[in-house]
Amino acid sequence: MLTKRVIPCLDVHDGKVTRGVQFGRAEEGGLRNVGDPVELAVRYNDQGADEMVFFDITASAHGRATMVDVIRRTAERCFMPLTVGGGIRTTEDMHAMLHAGADKISINSSALATPELITAGAERFGSQCIVVSIDAKKVGPDRWEVFSHGGRKPTGLDAVEWARKVDELGAGEIVLNSIDADGTKAGYDLVITRRVSEEVGVPVVASGGAGSLEHIAEVLLEGRADAVLAASIFHFGQYTVGDVKRHLAARGLPVRL
Amino acid sequence: MLALIDYGSGNIQSVLNALRHEGAPVELVSNPARLASASAIVLPGVGAFGDCVHGLQSRGLWEPLRQWMQEDRPFLGICVGYQLLFDNSEESPDVAGFGYFAGSVRKFSTQGLKVPQIGWNRLEFTRPSDPLWNGLPDPAHVYFVHSYFPAPTDPSVVTSSATYGERFAASAGRSRVAGVQFHPEKSQAVGLRILNNFVRTALAQPAQQV
Repeated sequence: MLTKRVIPCLDVHDGKVTRGVQFGRAEEGGLRNVGDPVELAVRYNDQGADEMVFFDITASAHGRATMVDVIRRTAERCFMPLTVGGGIRTTEDMHAMLHAGADKISINSSALATPELITAGAERFGSQCIVVSIDAKKVGPDRWEVFSHGGRKPTGLDAVEWARKVDELGAGEIVLNSIDADGTKAGYDLVITRRVSEEVGVPVVASGGAGSLEHIAEVLLEGRADAVLAASIFHFGQYTVGDVKRHLAARGLPVRL
Repeated sequence: MLALIDYGSGNIQSVLNALRHEGAPVELVSNPARLASASAIVLPGVGAFGDCVHGLQSRGLWEPLRQWMQEDRPFLGICVGYQLLFDNSEESPDVAGFGYFAGSVRKFSTQGLKVPQIGWNRLEFTRPSDPLWNGLPDPAHVYFVHSYFPAPTDPSVVTSSATYGERFAASAGRSRVAGVQFHPEKSQAVGLRILNNFVRTALAQPAQQV
């Protein structure tokens, strides 16, 4: 039986892992430095993380070069799936990351600007390589809108429709991040996660809002997510990956212990 | 020397890193002439079945690999590298595989199932004595990323299975030729142990002169 995946997420700014409270705070200096990305990846690897995600939040040419180096060094020590996102705009950018040892590429704003990038990446590297990350914000009683550029720019797109579209275009997986919940530690947005998960034929990874072990169980059970992404609860030592998995197992969810 | 076949398919770096980690004398090989000094072959594969076949053919590797298998020399195919051992695939219907194992590669089709299968699934050992499984924990979970899986005609070649919507052959082996659908290079300690088992078994036997 396929197990539910627990995925620590590392936001990397200039070669260091940082953590902001909510979206779009990198420029304002509202970030806490939480360590070296390779050392953190090794720690989570040892804790039994199922995958690792790295987001380059500098998203500049310099940041990308630093990220290639981070991935290369991580891939020499962590024998687990690695996903990289942030500032990837072309299939050449994707190739550089995959060549360094990444397994999957996560795109967000560039997929919104150029949806054909999803198809081009899927055709060149396979659908399994292309993860589309969606930042959704609740804008009405029953409507979630997609935002781009780290949650700053509204796009007018409906999150569920965009998810269905990226599935059709060839994405192999969708990361759904709730802008409202991100960084709040008040729990994932269960409703939109479930909507998207039931709408698409590819796995959905829930992101944003994990504050307790039960939040993670909820989004897998009620939100119907296939995997969970979390950052703060791991970085600040609140829980280990093992703590999360033991809780999920106790709730009857299949996990790899 | 263990030849890791480099034919422009996917992420070969991870397989290289993992084999090196296990101390294998591994060399990236894209020139068929280099196979003369090889004692074992690892064939990775990511992407479409047909693209992988063409990638091997355009580098002149197809025929040497087919002959290598025919002589039952140590061989491990990973992911699409495993699927290539079969006759053909629904993914690329006009392209023939190596046909080392009889059977076709099919797509997951269970209603409501998320495809691709992405993640860690448990191996059910149908041939527990296979050298690849030596020293593994039980349960053993490994990492899968795939939409297609081989359906061997002869069930006795299946060395492990896994269940995703339906039960499928997670690996197959006959003589010294084996293939695995999962990614051992991405399966942490369990995967490294499987690669280590392959390397030790393969290199313990001297290379035959062709």
